[in-house]
Amino acid sequence: MPIQTEPMTVNIGPQHPSTHGVFRLRVTFDGENILEVEPIFGYLHRGTEKLAEERNYVQIVTLTDRLDYVSSMINNQAYCLAVEDLLDLEVPQRAKYLRTLTAELQRVASHLMGIGFFLQDLGTLGTPLMYAFRSRERILDLFEMLCGARITVSYMRPGGVFFDAPDDFWPALDQFLKDFETEYKEIEQLILENEIVMVRTRGVSVLPLDLAINASVSGPVLRASGLDWDWRKMDPYDAYDRMEFDVPIATGGDNYDRFWVRIQEIHQSIRMVKQCIQQIEPGPIRADVPLILRPKPGAEAYGRVEASKGELAFYLVSDGGISPYRCKVRSPSLINLTVTEHLLVGWKLADMIVTLGSLDINMGEVDR
Amino acid sequence: MYGIAMAKGLLVTLKNLAKKPFTVQYPEERVKQHPRFRGEEFVWYEERCTGCASCAKYCPLGIIKIVTTPSETAPAEGDKYRLEVFDIAINQCMFCGLCVEACPYDALFMGSGFEQGQYSRKEMVIGIDQLRQAEKRPSTFFRPQLEDAGYDPKDGRPLHWEEVGRESWQWHQREKAGMMIDRPVPSDLLPQEPPVDSSFVEDSQAAPAPTPGEEAE
Repeated sequence: MPIQTEPMTVNIGPQHPSTHGVFRLRVTFDGENILEVEPIFGYLHRGTEKLAEERNYVQIVTLTDRLDYVSSMINNQAYCLAVEDLLDLEVPQRAKYLRTLTAELQRVASHLMGIGFFLQDLGTLGTPLMYAFRSRERILDLFEMLCGARITVSYMRPGGVFFDAPDDFWPALDQFLKDFETEYKEIEQLILENEIVMVRTRGVSVLPLDLAINASVSGPVLRASGLDWDWRKMDPYDAYDRMEFDVPIATGGDNYDRFWVRIQEIHQSIRMVKQCIQQIEPGPIRADVPLILRPKPGAEAYGRVEASKGELAFYLVSDGGISPYRCKVRSPSLINLTVTEHLLVGWKLADMIVTLGSLDINMGEVDR
Repeated sequence: MYGIAMAKGLLVTLKNLAKKPFTVQYPEERVKQHPRFRGEEFVWYEERCTGCASCAKYCPLGIIKIVTTPSETAPAEGDKYRLEVFDIAINQCMFCGLCVEACPYDALFMGSGFEQGQYSRKEMVIGIDQLRQAEKRPSTFFRPQLEDAGYDPKDGRPLHWEEVGRESWQWHQREKAGMMIDRPVPSDLLPQEPPVDSSFVEDSQAAPAPTPGEEAE
């Protein structure tokens, strides 16, 4: 007669280092096996959407930095695209390239963090994470040179970017790209073919494609399940229609594939940064717009980008005033989190943390 | 074959053993701070400020408090509103720089420091006297005239109010919103010893200060 065990409910989080922020999972275990999972969030709710209703259109840019705080540039871009759609603004060419360039650099930084924390959750205790942070730090340094801040950049404005790059930015960027090639190769050869990583992540927490589509999952998580879906290709914004790049697709949908897609996307982003440097031309960087913007009453706009975590979109409705009547954020991390239960049930405690790392969620964006 | 990954890992460790560390030991060593760094405390030039409160209106958090009174001098003589209160609650500030972007007269600049922790919240409100006395090392954030002159707040000297303005670079009116235009800028335009406007200094001292007796009543 087998030994009878009793299911036990454990709260993981909200203050737990491996839940990537203030996120709580109520998990019922049978021994080490997961029976039930209930993700609970809302601990970092700051009311961004409501705060946006009492700020003018340029001031909201500072709020978007704080949504997904590891990819602020891309958040700025999504919001500015929505406002430009609302006002029918024409963005100068140089601003488009500067936006594409900074967004791709930010994607590299965000994916490096995603990879680093994924491996940290796997139990590699620091080394790959620090290797990833070493390169990320260089990118943040470039951002400080460009706009004066590392994380809360507020670099883009409706109608362009607020300022042109300083003269010493371009040599520094070239130097970074040169160093990054060797640095990234080091990270890649250390972890990509590593047996322990393969054994722990291959075939674990498989997300089938039909579930991914039904749950409206986007970004690297969707592409790891085998769908070629990238807003940069499907509906090019800014300068992406002039960029040559591939969209890495994996078909397994397991933890390893999600991790692999991010690794490959960094290569494509670097490729795009190099193309931006070649194609960028001098010119104005901001459309001639006043500081206080007033769209037409009843105008609405939906600006979406392919952010590092998935499809990030801002939906704005104007009532003719200086601030939006409604600002809705479609955040990719929140929607990617909805499949947690399907991914985790049936797997073990040690896989739970790894799966959460492979989704690469950011609580600032989930709770808003 | 489980040994290969471990050998590879050790190889990477050995390679990095000989390299210089990427990190720096902070209080002794510092990384280079870029001139555009948005820091505290704000650099404010009273001589340039008209008290229009554009910065206060444009601040997303509303942490700038400005109180002005019209002075007795006629506007034709070049006088303006006198500032009584210019408080920046720097404990709530997020250093977005929108106040600097909104300032039409180049009176407000971001600072370049980041090490001014205080023990109480009251001390975190920067008042007008503190702003007056502070060392003027403005950040080049949103101020192309400083950037074109190659000014670095960490290396350069404190700047006088006459040498920070856009008009000393003879900018056209339309070019103020940070648009890049081909503009001939002489790099040696920074005057070494700026002439002090003595008439203005006298004027600001002549401003009537409330005596203790009046306050009691």
